[in-house]
Amino acid sequence: MGMTMTQKILAAHAGLEKVVPGQLIEARLDLVLGNDITSPVAINAFEKAELDTVFDKTKIALVMDHFTPNKDIKAAEQCKQVREFAKKHGIVNYFDVGQMGVEHALLPEKGLVVPGNLVIGADSHTCTYGALGAFSTGVGSTDMAAGMARGVCWFKVPSAVKFVLRGKPRKWVSGKDVILHIIGMTGVDGMLYKSMEFTGDGLKNLTAEDRLCMANMAIEAGAKNGIFEVDDVTVKYVKEHSTKPYTVYKADDDAEYENTYEIDLSQIKPTVAFPHLPENTRTIDECGDVKIHQVIIGSCTNGRIEDLRVAAEILKGKKVADGVRCIIIPATQKVYLDAVNEGLVNIFIESGCAVSTPTCGPCLGGYMGILADGERAVATTNRNFVGRMGHTGSEVYLAGPAVATASAVAGGIASPDEI
Amino acid sequence: MKLSGSVFKYGSNVDTDVIIPARYLNSSDPRELASHCMEDIDKGFVKKVKAGDVIVGEKNFGCGSSREHAPIAIKASGVSCVIAATFARIFYRNAINIGLPILECEEASRRISDGDEIEVDLAAGMINNKTKGETYKSLPFPEFIQNIIDSDGLLNAVKAKKI
Repeated sequence: MGMTMTQKILAAHAGLEKVVPGQLIEARLDLVLGNDITSPVAINAFEKAELDTVFDKTKIALVMDHFTPNKDIKAAEQCKQVREFAKKHGIVNYFDVGQMGVEHALLPEKGLVVPGNLVIGADSHTCTYGALGAFSTGVGSTDMAAGMARGVCWFKVPSAVKFVLRGKPRKWVSGKDVILHIIGMTGVDGMLYKSMEFTGDGLKNLTAEDRLCMANMAIEAGAKNGIFEVDDVTVKYVKEHSTKPYTVYKADDDAEYENTYEIDLSQIKPTVAFPHLPENTRTIDECGDVKIHQVIIGSCTNGRIEDLRVAAEILKGKKVADGVRCIIIPATQKVYLDAVNEGLVNIFIESGCAVSTPTCGPCLGGYMGILADGERAVATTNRNFVGRMGHTGSEVYLAGPAVATASAVAGGIASPDEI
Repeated sequence: MKLSGSVFKYGSNVDTDVIIPARYLNSSDPRELASHCMEDIDKGFVKKVKAGDVIVGEKNFGCGSSREHAPIAIKASGVSCVIAATFARIFYRNAINIGLPILECEEASRRISDGDEIEVDLAAGMINNKTKGETYKSLPFPEFIQNIIDSDGLLNAVKAKKI
């Protein structure tokens, strides 16, 4: 029996000819990632265990993105601790305010992840890089500490589920709608411990940004990783962003999948996940009248330039509705600069939006857009758990950039066709 | 090692945002994190929890963020063990890596009620419900995981060259 894409990458990094689901392996790491929230815990563990050297100072990325620019004194102290650790160990890929962006938008843009890589990150959305044909998965701070010290990590080889994508998405349907549709189908634990492998001739109709957004939310179905077959779109993206050598792993024809879903992209409508789980999905025509107070456009899920272009296309010549605060957060400095140069930021500000420097801030209820009791937000982020964006009595509705922007103009959940 | 205490019972999909809300992640101090443990799902938890108590969930316990602050907060609050029908995989790894005992047992998750007094024998994987007079069996850990737990966490195991 053959291997899946994920199994092949794991086998290659474990120095094994073959691996099978359930097998426990130790595999070599190409990159270990941490942020300003998870790295301090990892550094404490690293130092407590008296580990004095990192395995490779070029293969660790530390991104100060969650509570930065520092939201308070404690956040500042945490960043200071990471900054000093990075300096002490000569960490090459340390990104502070001015260079940093939301980590999972930043690393692909900086060319730090390429096809065939094996990446762990102390952040659950590390699964994003599967979009580029890498195996990447979220771990905790202790795994990050051990990974920084040893350059290896233990894994249980996952079984896999195949998603064969066909057709072309309609206007206003993006990767976000596709992945919300899929999570609505599988549930938030439907892919627990498994790989989600995306293939099919519909792939060519999904941009690299669509795929990064979809792989990003594999964790929201409980998956260990989400991975896309490498094609011309991937290769073009990688060549534009990286000079690192890469390896393309293709699933064997006789690879075993627990299940296969065929998805016709042309049938997917703009989709919204209602509170308080990403699986509570409704298509835009099933949403009814939901008045809102805030819109967030940004995050590792939808803070890329393509997302901001969609937002600007809809906002041009229109105003954010009275009573709605629309906050737009370009995910990286490059996205921000591109948005300025393309005139998108002018459109946002003229429409009445607030535009922020890159930060994860509001997505996890950190700062820059916290919700009060009884308030509702439409967000292009990835989680809508109780209290995720503020008060436990607030509500988050997850959507793609088109619906989020249209909702900001309409004052309630809406499709761009309705405004 | 035998653990015993009373049960705090929750449902499915207990996420790490309710275990330890992100607004408290500007600290990595276990005691401070423990003082907000379960705050957004059970405001009374911190006042009621005693050393040795056990959290029992249903499906997909610990889903969401990879924050290790979640098992750290639970462990520092005095909880001796978490039992659930299934765990989200990152939470599962994190709990093992910091030495918080964790057992997957569908029957225990189904049968145990809030407030039950239970006893857990980790080595045997046995859960004894003293209130209901029932026992449930969970799978024991494989050897290399047991090594991590015996070393009181992954980093200690790395330091002692046990793995």
